[in-house]
Amino acid sequence: MPANPSSESHSQLTLSHVTKRFSGRAGLVTAVEDITLQVKEGEFLVLVGPSGCGKSTLLSLLAGLEQVDEGSIKLDGADVVEPGRDRLVMFQQDALFPWLDALENVLFGLRLKPGLTDAERTEAARYYLDLVGLADKEKAHPHELSGGMRQRVALARSLAPNPRVLLMDEPFSALDALTRDQLYGDIQKIFTQRKKTIVLVTHNIREAVCLGDRVVLLSPNPGRIRQVFNIDLPRPRRINDPALATLAADITTALSAHLAEPKEGLV
Amino acid sequence: MKPPRALVPVVIGLLILGGWEWFVRSGRVDDVLVPAPTQIGEWFWSALRDGSLASATWVTMRRLMIGFIIGAAIGIPVGALCARSSLARDTIGILSLGLQTLPSVCWVPVAIIAFGQNEAAVLFVVVMGTVWAVVIAVQESVLSVQPLYLRAAMTMGSRGWHLWTRVIFPAALPGIISGLKQGWAFAWRSLMAAEIFVVILSGFGLGSLLHAGRELLRMDQVVGVMLVVVGVGLLADLIFFSPIERWLRRSRGLER
Ligand SMILES: Nc1ncnc2c1ncn2[C@@H]1O[C@H](COP(=O)(O)OP(=O)(O)OP(=O)(O)O)[C@@H](O)[C@H]1O
Ligand SMILES: [Mg+2]
Repeated sequence: MPANPSSESHSQLTLSHVTKRFSGRAGLVTAVEDITLQVKEGEFLVLVGPSGCGKSTLLSLLAGLEQVDEGSIKLDGADVVEPGRDRLVMFQQDALFPWLDALENVLFGLRLKPGLTDAERTEAARYYLDLVGLADKEKAHPHELSGGMRQRVALARSLAPNPRVLLMDEPFSALDALTRDQLYGDIQKIFTQRKKTIVLVTHNIREAVCLGDRVVLLSPNPGRIRQVFNIDLPRPRRINDPALATLAADITTALSAHLAEPKEGLV
Repeated sequence: MKPPRALVPVVIGLLILGGWEWFVRSGRVDDVLVPAPTQIGEWFWSALRDGSLASATWVTMRRLMIGFIIGAAIGIPVGALCARSSLARDTIGILSLGLQTLPSVCWVPVAIIAFGQNEAAVLFVVVMGTVWAVVIAVQESVLSVQPLYLRAAMTMGSRGWHLWTRVIFPAALPGIISGLKQGWAFAWRSLMAAEIFVVILSGFGLGSLLHAGRELLRMDQVVGVMLVVVGVGLLADLIFFSPIERWLRRSRGLER
């Protein structure tokens, strides 16, 4: 719990004692348990942890697509109970609409944003398609794009409406290293220029250190916060920076130590 | 150079027609029972000349179109309602499933008793043929829309009418189209049955022409009308349903 109350009032997304269970065929699965976390306005938070530790579940809860079983999630003091345009999600599987071409997919969210002219919307959509290097693919339908291209369209679609909070689930996992390095730069630029709040999930520790203000390490069964790392490196950060590599190595060590622990050790 | 694809069926068709003609002319069968292609052709020509074929086709097509459009206009929203509300699904949905298995000819007696031998009765039969298949198809295809699409759309702020028209409906469209196609086929069959069995006083359609052929023992007319009925069915598929289905498959990368 934060010692000084002012940090509480600044924090924009507040998770307190969040627990979420799913009833599957094998009985009740606790996806996340007792997660207490604050994401400040303009913070870049990265969630890492082994597969199945509840990262995607946490994003769905933040998005309002799922409801918590215990605890609460608040955005600016109000309970998060349904999806809203202020929190856009980029899903782990690209959720592009197969009946729309790339440009129309990017326009989908923009069209729902009031106060823009059609020309401005099209311009914004083209700008973000260009940013992800797909300016020449705007007429292509999702099935005509490669997996990496689809992911880039999905990235453009989630950036284009310029939401306050961006929730990204392994957005760069299907990209080649070159495109990825370029997008690390772009996303940091968007983050600092547009003062966004970003919660990003990744399996890549270096990526986490490169992008995050804080890196939250989760452990599975049930998903809990194991450790939080503050990353105080100056921005913009480059993925090949040696200081960054050192920090990443520390976190990797912590992660593998947790994984190696016997299960009783978690309780 | 490869011969065009249409060549093979045309050649085979001509061979069959030629063989048939020869068989009938050689006197092995009575040409009252089995008319030769040229006899059917003659009937066809005379029916075209006196306008009876065109007017019968028009009467039938108009009934089919109007009934089908009414059936679809009822079936699509009702199917959507069944997908949305489990109460509707447990009532209207189950009713539709049951009535869909009922051969639509069975509606003919009901229609005649309720409406009499008139246009309303035929339309009723066509609508009953269409509507249940469409309700079921729309319900099923809306229910099987990928949840991921809905989740993505909802986080972008799509709700209610927008969600239905921009996401659910497009996503369910392939299933809805095949439901409409099935509804069309049911409607077409039930319309023929109604026209053949009942004298509809308000207009003579293809079914009446077929029935008249039977009364006059005119096999050439009977077979000729049957060919027209086949032709209409094929045409509806070729110029309406097939292009839509092909376009849907192609634009979504489902083309094999
Ligand atoms: N809809 C659901 N129904 C049942 N169980 C679920 C559901 N969604 C998630 N789970 C379970 O909750 C746990 C956490 O899943 P989640 O998808 O959040 O993991 P993750 O951390 O995102 O994993 P990965 O890194 O592989 O994407 C898993 O044990 C999973 O089986
Ligand atoms: Mg996940």
